[in-house]
Amino acid sequence: MNTQTPQKIAIVGATSAIAEHCARLWMASGGAAELVLIGRDEGRLQALATDLRIRGPGAEVVCVAGDLGSTEGIASLVERACAGRAPDVVLVAHGSLPDQAQCQGDLVQAREALEVNGVSPALFAEAFVARMQQVGGGVLGLIGSVAGDRGRKSNYVYGAAKGLLARYAQGLQHRLVGSAVAVCLIKPGPTDTPMTAALKSRGARLASVEAVAADIVAGMARRRPVIYTPGKWALIMLVIRHLPRFVFNRMDI
Amino acid sequence: MVTTPVQSWGRVGSWPHHLAPLPHGGGKVLPALEGRTGLAFGMGRSYGDVCLNPEGLLWLTRGMDRLIHWDEAAGRLTCEAGVLLRDIQRLMVPRGWMLPVTPGTQLVTVGGAIANDVHGKNHHRFGSFGDQLISLELLRTNGTRLRCSRDEHRELFLATLGGLGLTGVVLEATLHLRRVEGPWVDAEDLPFKGLDAFFELADASEAGWEHTVAWIDCLSGADVRGIFSRGNMSPEPADAGARGQRRRSMPVTPPVSLVNRLSLKAFNTAYYALGNRRAGRRRVPFEPFFYPLDSIEHWNRMYGPAGFYQYQCVLPRAAGRQGVAELLAEIARAGQGTFLAVQDLWRPATVRPAELSAAGRDAGAGFSGAGRRHARAVRAARPRGDGRGRDAVPGEGRPHAARDVRAGLPRVAVVPGAARPGHRFGVRAQDDGTLTE
Repeated sequence: MNTQTPQKIAIVGATSAIAEHCARLWMASGGAAELVLIGRDEGRLQALATDLRIRGPGAEVVCVAGDLGSTEGIASLVERACAGRAPDVVLVAHGSLPDQAQCQGDLVQAREALEVNGVSPALFAEAFVARMQQVGGGVLGLIGSVAGDRGRKSNYVYGAAKGLLARYAQGLQHRLVGSAVAVCLIKPGPTDTPMTAALKSRGARLASVEAVAADIVAGMARRRPVIYTPGKWALIMLVIRHLPRFVFNRMDI
Repeated sequence: MVTTPVQSWGRVGSWPHHLAPLPHGGGKVLPALEGRTGLAFGMGRSYGDVCLNPEGLLWLTRGMDRLIHWDEAAGRLTCEAGVLLRDIQRLMVPRGWMLPVTPGTQLVTVGGAIANDVHGKNHHRFGSFGDQLISLELLRTNGTRLRCSRDEHRELFLATLGGLGLTGVVLEATLHLRRVEGPWVDAEDLPFKGLDAFFELADASEAGWEHTVAWIDCLSGADVRGIFSRGNMSPEPADAGARGQRRRSMPVTPPVSLVNRLSLKAFNTAYYALGNRRAGRRRVPFEPFFYPLDSIEHWNRMYGPAGFYQYQCVLPRAAGRQGVAELLAEIARAGQGTFLAVQDLWRPATVRPAELSAAGRDAGAGFSGAGRRHARAVRAARPRGDGRGRDAVPGEGRPHAARDVRAGLPRVAVVPGAARPGHRFGVRAQDDGTLTE
């Protein structure tokens, strides 16, 4: 992203904490001329928009609420977000951290977790990339997770959905070689957000959402294909991915 | 339910807590745990234990960090209680507005600043944080939300200011901001020798200088030396030269305190020499002038695993000269490594403590009385004796609750029927918004 020319930025799942902090950074840098906030709940989007308008009085902030789960809902949201012109920057950030044990016992919950965290963001990416290709440029960030790098017993339903995003991003990147559209796969480690409140109350060490957002905004500006944040997770996951199965299977993670 | 160890900024210990992060808007009701009390927790920057509630609940407010309304014409900002003072300053200073009162760190939440009614180096001009507070919204443990101001639920408003979180959780606040031309402070450093010289400087600076503060070398014996700093907001407008502070970090906790008699002697000598050399006037950005320690992340680790204590009190003006001399003598007698002794000037007390006492209460930390001097002494590595020695406040001064770990101050939130009886404040807010003893 070039901070010299203010851009149109669209954020799916805008009320998620990571997305909100990215939006604040874009507003503070003066990089946003128009900000489209996409989410399920109009009221919550409006509360966020109020905050962002105070932070960046120069930018126009628009809320687009709808169904993030259905194909028609996704198509309609993307169309409304592209009203006027396609965005220069898109961040697809929605998701929810399911309870692994409950997913194992309830296929309905497992399916919902897979769709919310995998299918829906992938379809948003597909739809936005098509629009950005038409206008000849842009950057799309897709929030995956370190959990998508290798399946683990403690959260493989979530991990599988995020792994789907990793493959999807990889395929898009392959397809977009030579075009002016870039796709960044973002892999945050456990981050201190409302989504991980249960982890926090169990005493987990979490990265600050401000630092994660700063990494994302900087990484997307440089169009990095894969953004681990905090950066140490690139190393940790390199090790985890390459552990031989007989070692990995003995680990209680 | 699993507990998490939590420390306050002094790091003298770590106690198990149940953590409950609050969502934007605070949620409908505060999370509760059978038989446990709860307390709002922001950045945990209190030195002592007022921000802790061992074995109980901490309602984490940091996630409530949205701005709600900005009235440019009136200079009024409404925001959620978890917003950092730093975020307000960084957003508003480039637009020509600033929080009139901030403490020596801007890494605290608005809610914490209210609960401790913090003050800065300009108390004699702008009073404390509460003087800039127009109204607040309070969430009580019975689920009621009350808008409190000097006109609405006045008693609860006043009890919440400096109330250490005992009246409920502050959800949002409306604050007065002040106009500034830019981010610069015109500062002056004046080395001095002897307490008389210090008091002369303090008196001479009261009228013409908004910010006054002094560092005293506690190891310099009877003829104390120190550096008196004063500053005014500069009329110079912002330019590209103004940046955020460069941040360094104390990456690990050293096995022993780096602040000991040996290092302190060297530090104080060097600090005085440095101050002496750059004595005179200079134009500096507001952040390093107001918040020098914010540039070192985790500076509290410097004191090693045992942590440190801080002591602060306010002295009546008439007793100031004598009181400060007694404090310094006491510090010297104890022979404890005292890193920092700072003096600010306080203006006559505002309406709040008088209101509380008029209502028949002694608020404990009420700084009532006219024209007091305020001595923030002792960031010592360890307490004197058992840490509960005789009171170091000479005369009729008052200690500072948020800094003092010796006071045994209450850690009580107003969970109906669960508040601990007999705490020192003797004030308990009822759910209908009234106060009883």
